[in-house]
Amino acid sequence: MLLNLTINGEQRSDNVDPRMLLVHYIRDIANLTGTHVGCETSICGACTVLINGSAVKSCTILAVQADGTKITTIEGMAEGDRLHPLQEGFWEEHGLQCGYCTPGMIMTAADLLARNSNPTEAEIREALEGNLCRCTGYQHIVKAIQFAAAKMRTSKAA
Amino acid sequence: MAVVPKFVGERIKRREDPRLITGTGQYVDDVRLPGMLTALVLRSPYAHAKINSIKLDAAQKVPGVVAVLCGDDLKDKVGSVPCVAPAEHVPYHPVLAQGKVRFVGEGVAVAVASDAYIAQDALDQIEVDYDPLEAVTDPEQALEAGAPILHDEFKTNSVTLASVPNPAVDEAMNKADKVIRFRIHNQRLAPVPMEPRGVVARWEPGYKQLTIWSSTQIPHLMRSQVADMLKLGENKIHVIAPEVGGGFGAKLNVYAEEALISHLAITLKRPVKWIERRRENLSGTTHGRDQIVYLEIAANKDGEVLALKGRFICDMGAYLQLLTPAIPGFSGLMMTGCYKIPALAFDQQMVFTNKMATDAYRGAGRPEAAFIAERTMEAVASEFNLDPADVRRKNFIAKASFPAPTAGGLVYDSGDYELTLNKALDQIDYNKTRAEQAAAAKEGRYIGIGIASYVEICGIGPSALLPPKLKGGGWESCTVRIEPDGKVTVLTGVSPHGQGQETTFAQIVADELGIDIDDVTVVHGDTALVPYGIGTFGSRGTTVGGPALMMSVGKLQAKMKRIASTMMEVPPEQLEFRNRTIAMASDASKSIALQTVIEAAYGYKTVIEGVEPGLDATSFYEPSACTFPFGTHVAVVEVDSQTGQVKFLRYVAVDDCGKVISPLLVEGQIQGGIAQGIAQALYEEVKYDEGGQLLSATLMDYAVPKANMLPHYELLSTVTPSPVNSLGVKGVGEAGTIGATPCAYNAVLDALKRLGIRDLDMPLKPETIWRAIRDAKKA
Ligand code: FES
Ligand code: FES
Repeated sequence: MLLNLTINGEQRSDNVDPRMLLVHYIRDIANLTGTHVGCETSICGACTVLINGSAVKSCTILAVQADGTKITTIEGMAEGDRLHPLQEGFWEEHGLQCGYCTPGMIMTAADLLARNSNPTEAEIREALEGNLCRCTGYQHIVKAIQFAAAKMRTSKAA
Repeated sequence: MAVVPKFVGERIKRREDPRLITGTGQYVDDVRLPGMLTALVLRSPYAHAKINSIKLDAAQKVPGVVAVLCGDDLKDKVGSVPCVAPAEHVPYHPVLAQGKVRFVGEGVAVAVASDAYIAQDALDQIEVDYDPLEAVTDPEQALEAGAPILHDEFKTNSVTLASVPNPAVDEAMNKADKVIRFRIHNQRLAPVPMEPRGVVARWEPGYKQLTIWSSTQIPHLMRSQVADMLKLGENKIHVIAPEVGGGFGAKLNVYAEEALISHLAITLKRPVKWIERRRENLSGTTHGRDQIVYLEIAANKDGEVLALKGRFICDMGAYLQLLTPAIPGFSGLMMTGCYKIPALAFDQQMVFTNKMATDAYRGAGRPEAAFIAERTMEAVASEFNLDPADVRRKNFIAKASFPAPTAGGLVYDSGDYELTLNKALDQIDYNKTRAEQAAAAKEGRYIGIGIASYVEICGIGPSALLPPKLKGGGWESCTVRIEPDGKVTVLTGVSPHGQGQETTFAQIVADELGIDIDDVTVVHGDTALVPYGIGTFGSRGTTVGGPALMMSVGKLQAKMKRIASTMMEVPPEQLEFRNRTIAMASDASKSIALQTVIEAAYGYKTVIEGVEPGLDATSFYEPSACTFPFGTHVAVVEVDSQTGQVKFLRYVAVDDCGKVISPLLVEGQIQGGIAQGIAQALYEEVKYDEGGQLLSATLMDYAVPKANMLPHYELLSTVTPSPVNSLGVKGVGEAGTIGATPCAYNAVLDALKRLGIRDLDMPLKPETIWRAIRDAKKA
């Protein structure tokens, strides 16, 4: 089946097997391997991407269901060499260890910050409900997201 | 030129992060090779069954399928999955089942196809005719007469019985005011790294060279074992541990798939990839813990503990993985904890059951030991109505007694246990919190304060502690190479997968050579590049890998000083490395640029007579002893008596891991460790039903905690350097986990104390707590 969509600003048109999951399309056809697979059963959140701006677990939908959408993956977050404030935050606050959950965490956090520019610790922990991290114990992830929120508020104000 | 700052001890941002936060790191599943095929493994749905027949032909006919094989096709072609730890009964462990399956998830057949979807179609076409057999999942039942036997050739489910007797224990039991007895179960856990396991293998027929990419913690040790399994020379196998998405002990192993996928790549002459699915990970990657202990404590009224005795029953599962029967030993040896308990005796019965094998999981034996020691302190406090903090103080090994020999025959290197306890209690404001607890009780609320002091064994360690069949001792290797342009390459034998040695090792080298951290690159996890190394586990990365690095740096420093000494006409002892120069210690203005010395070493400007060219040093560091990090954690929780829910009000951790190279990374290790420790106390359990069906086969059923299930941690520290190594470090990878389980457990039990609840099995799920409260209120 023909699939048309935009990933990280690039328009693509690919012939895909109707049963192919979106995450496999992103990784194997579009060759964007920053989006990870941790469970294939919509629990771990490692596969989270933005579809038309909302965080979606890309293992839960078929590639063909994403026809006509705009997708952002972790590879689309930085602008050239300029990191996205969330990427900066994760680096600054040591929000990752093995890094496997990180792309999904960042995409979920991007969705949160688009809705709530100044989330509390409890709100962040709630928002991360669908993303598992086995390494960090989450505290530095919370700080990373707060770092990004503060930075994004300042740059908006400026 | 700008002054080069110091890096050790600073909060340095990690050097591995830029690739990981941009999605450009390469994990095994990201490896792409031309012509690569995908393999999937069909796994047993039965815990115990005879295989009558396997029909593969329909699967082989699926378009796009290249090969479908079962265990009988591999007989004599791929050797047994290895267990290197000594045991009386070590069964043959085929990479795919032969004749019989012994646990749910055991590999039965493999399909190789052009992609995973087609490989799955093939698996769906395989017909296996099973004769289900009676299964046994309870290790105590497995020892009873008439229990189904897993491996007929042994005529018993006993793997081995290890005994450490001590007549002084019985004397103490007779003499003590009281002998307290109870049973503890450290339940079975799944390590669940977020990246499941994965293997890519490539065979280059012309070169007769095999390359294996594997998500492993031990690339070299794995290579040695796989070489045996495939009967290939170790020099014909190149192992790469690329980005590894967490290990926690689960990847400190050699798995069937590492040999199986390699065998397929060799016979099919095409690269083959296998990526574990989460269900396979929960059923077929090693589990941890699963130890029962019948504990006897001899104690006096004043809180003094005179002796401990433990009878362990340790569930090994159906087969033995790399170190399976070696793990419980630590639980026995370390069960006296931070305490000067003079007498210890234990025996450990290891048992086969129809379950996945257990093996190392973050802490590997020490969490169980700390849990025993801390339950001991609580039991004594409650028996004699003493404050649990005072009981610990009474029994602590005193600061002045180090190095301290223990009843388990170990020698603790250094410590100040009471300091961490006092610091943690100050931070929580212990007396005030106890008063608040009492006030809350009057309102019918259940607040609990949990204390756990722990000590653990790290930096393993002297080679004699590791089994000879591992083909590698407790040492570690490191090569340091200063390149002609002055940049430094560190090639370490440890294999970090989140621990951050690319950063910590660069900090150390930068300071030692007086250069910028950006001039140092740390390489690991590639057997073609780094010298034979042991790997990352047991909190040994910096504790054993760090001193190896220091040795190589020291060799290069000595050589460069000799060159500088000749060029400057100053004795080498008077020189030091500072700010990209080698300078006189007494007069920094007398210096020579480091680059000038490097160029001389490479002989491209000045040739120094009698000095071997190049700047490349390799060292193997054999530790003289283990290190023993320690600390105290204190938690305050509130239990909702209506729902059984536990809410954390505070969580304070005071940890001492010796000297700290990278404080930010140490915090990260402790926080992640605490999360896993709390998870054992409150949430996680691998559950099989009586017939051996795995009930926790998805992340829906296995409760890896989410962000909102964990507290905000307040971290403090003390610094007691280890005398064992040149860096004074002790290791920190497992400390959090070891302290947190008894801490969280004790807090909940303390909250329930006034109901007369003294003992509950982990995990303390709301249901468990709710039932206990209901029963207590009924009584
Ligand atoms: S892989 Fe999609 S949620 Fe886990
Ligand atoms: S950083 Fe390893 S799972 Fe989150």
